Amino acid sequence: MEAFEYAAPNSVKEAVGLLSSNWGEADVLAGGTDLLSLLKEGVHTPKRVVSLKNVSGLKGVSASRIGATATIAELLGNSSVPAAVRQAAEGITSPQMRAMGTVGGELLQRPRCWYFRNGYGLLGKDAKGKSLAPNGENQYHAILGNKGPAYFVSASSLAPALIALEATVTVTGPDGEDEMPLEKLFQTPSSDSQRENTLQPNQVLTGINLPGGGARSATYEVRQRQLMDWPLASASVALKMSGDTVESARVVLGHVAPTPWRSSDAERALAGKAVSEDTAMAAAKAALSAATPLSRNKHKVQLARVAVKRAILQAAG
Amino acid sequence: MATKYDWPSAADRSVIGRSVSRLDGAEKATGRAKYAYDRNPEGLLVGRLVTSPHANARITRIDASGAERLKGVRGVVLIKDIGDEVQWTGAEIAAVAADSEEIARDAVRKFKVEYEVLSHLVKEEDVEKAGNRVVPGQENTEGDPAKALQEADVTHEGYYGAATITHCCMEPHGNTVHWKGEKDITVWASTQAVGRIGADLAKNLAADSSLPKVSPSDIRVITPVMGGGFGSKFNIDSWGVAAAKLSRMTGRPVKIMLDRDEELQMAGARPSYFGNVKVGAKKDGTLTVFEVESWATSGVGRGGNPALPYVIEPPNQRVRHVNVATNTGPARAWRAPRHPQCAVITHCALTDLAHKLDMDPVDFFKKNADLTARPDVYRTEIDKAAELIDWKEKYHKPGEGSGHVRSGLGLSIHTWGGRPHDSQCRVVIEPDGAASAEIGSQDIGTGTLTVIAMVLAETLGLPVSRVNVKMGDSSLPPSGASGGSTTVGGVSSSTRRAAVNALEKLKEKVAGDLGASSADEIEAKDGYLRLKENPKKRIAWTAACRKLSTETISEMGNQPDRDGGKLADSGVGGVQMADVSVDMETGIVTMNKMVAVQDCGLIIDLKLAESQVYGSLIMGICSALWEERVYDQMSGIYLNADMEFYKLAGIGDIGELVVHMMTGVYDDRGVIGLGEPPAISPMAAISNAVFNAIGARVPTVPVTPDKVLAALEKKGGMA
Repeated sequence: MEAFEYAAPNSVKEAVGLLSSNWGEADVLAGGTDLLSLLKEGVHTPKRVVSLKNVSGLKGVSASRIGATATIAELLGNSSVPAAVRQAAEGITSPQMRAMGTVGGELLQRPRCWYFRNGYGLLGKDAKGKSLAPNGENQYHAILGNKGPAYFVSASSLAPALIALEATVTVTGPDGEDEMPLEKLFQTPSSDSQRENTLQPNQVLTGINLPGGGARSATYEVRQRQLMDWPLASASVALKMSGDTVESARVVLGHVAPTPWRSSDAERALAGKAVSEDTAMAAAKAALSAATPLSRNKHKVQLARVAVKRAILQAAG
Repeated sequence: MATKYDWPSAADRSVIGRSVSRLDGAEKATGRAKYAYDRNPEGLLVGRLVTSPHANARITRIDASGAERLKGVRGVVLIKDIGDEVQWTGAEIAAVAADSEEIARDAVRKFKVEYEVLSHLVKEEDVEKAGNRVVPGQENTEGDPAKALQEADVTHEGYYGAATITHCCMEPHGNTVHWKGEKDITVWASTQAVGRIGADLAKNLAADSSLPKVSPSDIRVITPVMGGGFGSKFNIDSWGVAAAKLSRMTGRPVKIMLDRDEELQMAGARPSYFGNVKVGAKKDGTLTVFEVESWATSGVGRGGNPALPYVIEPPNQRVRHVNVATNTGPARAWRAPRHPQCAVITHCALTDLAHKLDMDPVDFFKKNADLTARPDVYRTEIDKAAELIDWKEKYHKPGEGSGHVRSGLGLSIHTWGGRPHDSQCRVVIEPDGAASAEIGSQDIGTGTLTVIAMVLAETLGLPVSRVNVKMGDSSLPPSGASGGSTTVGGVSSSTRRAAVNALEKLKEKVAGDLGASSADEIEAKDGYLRLKENPKKRIAWTAACRKLSTETISEMGNQPDRDGGKLADSGVGGVQMADVSVDMETGIVTMNKMVAVQDCGLIIDLKLAESQVYGSLIMGICSALWEERVYDQMSGIYLNADMEFYKLAGIGDIGELVVHMMTGVYDDRGVIGLGEPPAISPMAAISNAVFNAIGARVPTVPVTPDKVLAALEKKGGMA
């Protein structure tokens, strides 16, 4: 870890003022479960770290709003949190991560891509500019949205669930507060200068808003271990029902693409249908019909399909 | 007099064979025990390593000036020099010592090395692509395998293997070294070989003519407790030598302990083994032939020969083995070197053959127990294990079942030596009644300290709480290294010998008082010395010791290497069975239960013995399902040198573990080592259980979802 200046401001406004307009110069510290690893591994070498611990108003969990620095444990402790979100949070099995990790941090954690974490940059390129993942060890990499130059997968487990539930986020920057659909917070970088989210370097994520609306929701994650383990694939589903019929559906896959991956094909496949093993499978197949697996991750197509199918069946109860 | 040193009969034992919790358990659990990592002598400097970012390169320039200029940096030593090659990423190049770890890390970043980058190979699974990296190894033929394959009623061909794993010691490798005077060096080492580190360090220092000449006896090695080695901690290693040199340079103690990523990269790897196997049997299931073309990598080194076929030896065999030199971290011994991988290659092939014969694997392995060195041991143990896992009730033909979660059973058998190593023990009895064993052996986490105390207490007729053990210090009588499951036989025998000798001296002191004409008429039992023929004629232990007046009894016990006499022996068998569930849609394997049935002669501490087996099962489950060292061919780096994608089990991942020790059955053989044998079978047993569950073979371990789904697809789906 390289030496850095540490600041712990008392307000969001102060925090924004302490951030830089360039990426890489300052980092926001919430629970630290990701940032500390990035600092220790030398992946991030900021000149300044801005802690949010003294900033009030960023905490708290209710049915309609989740503060950015609410912990995963606090999220799990609130029974009004929709099923898909709770189930995604339950997949974070480490007590330490639950106690320290924040919802905002979970959404904005950097990708777990081992090329990125080993210092080859977000796009995983060697010194000659050649991408390592497409012909390398891509077993954990993207199967959708992976035409390049990005091959990593979005690391967030909560984002697919929150997007399925039509969550919005509030962000504060030098120009004040802004609200946008959570979906819009994520992007697939097309060059080295971009990140996997659309935040400006001097914007702070302050909260997540849930519209409610009574959708039946569920998240299904395919994980190898009970111990803290990243899902190999996940899916979150929110179904608005009219009797036994799906009026409308939102289907969002996790850990399969550089962003949380919303599948309108799957959503269309469900609309107007009663949920059964067959319709769930048809939607799952539709969700993965455009998958383009890399050399070593064909299995993830099947895992993602199963995740979609099981999430739909689980949501329908 | 050979009969003098023997174990008491079962009826006469009051301590041996019982379940005694480790005596230093509370100290360890509360953090009071001092590991090498915890040693912070006055004036300590912290050392960090400069390592290679390239998988294969020649060093063309070294510039330490940036590091040396940093405030708080006290010394720099080179491990490699200009012109030397570094042959894997993470290879050690230099070490720096500084006032703090932070400064040392800053210094490492400022240490500049330039390289001529050479071509590398880091993957060996596809041996066809290894080209000139292939180094011929063992070739061996017995009988006429070609003819036997032709004449066999049923034959099977298959590909099997096990990936390279790393040791993942909980306490990483390293030492704190203080070179105080010309001939006065103390090493607080995390080692499996207290008695060997001094000689190893002295030899390494002798290579540097600028240093004063030191002999092993000038070096004191201290290791009272140790956080796991599993075969990877026998030497001082480059970082230990560097710490000594930095200490000499600065006059201050220097600690160099590896980081977790360094630990995974440079401190030990268990070689992979892969093989294309052909086997054949008669209709009745008798195995007649085993052929294999196998390959492995041990890093850039040459590697060893396989233990193939494993345990079951048909009359016709052919083994052709090659090693593949790869630019990966070097191999070190890992619990039962070669055995776990070769159990996979052999017992998975034999299970597939049993399937072709339409035989239950239990029947097949029992039938072919005749081809092992201990047929009756295996048959008895297979029956016991089958009973404990409910084999008769739960076994089905491979792939039978319905639903998306299917369960299956598998088995494997194993063997190991476990003879006693050389060990000397001094037993001291003081006039105040204090009794202690002094032994330069090490407790590598297995509970050796407790075993020594139990043997001493048993021999002196005292409770365990009344004896002391001093160990883990090279100034004490020497013992061999703790490798090859040789420690328990060595230290229990030397302690028994020393305790018998010391007790004899005490008996002589009280013989007159008890009216005995010789020490032989006296026994030590329940805190008394008493007449064997008339136990009421007795003298309490403390009263007996008072008779020593100002004298102290100090007697040695010498356990020679290998020759256990009646106290220790070598050669065991074990059987393990696994019960797994497989999600047919995701390929995720879940452990339901594992059963281990194990023989190890006379057991000193039942609880510690069982604990050894539990630990083995957990390690084995990890390597069966998740653990794998992943190198990237393009960059040459070790991608998952962390605890995030180098996956080990958590408590929720291991299922139910059932351990059955064959107590009482083989007691007459004396003590036999237990460190390796139970670590051998888990991978093969679990792979076989997955085969039974899904009806398709996942050829290599770890059995990961991608491989399970590929095996199912090859078979034609999940039905």
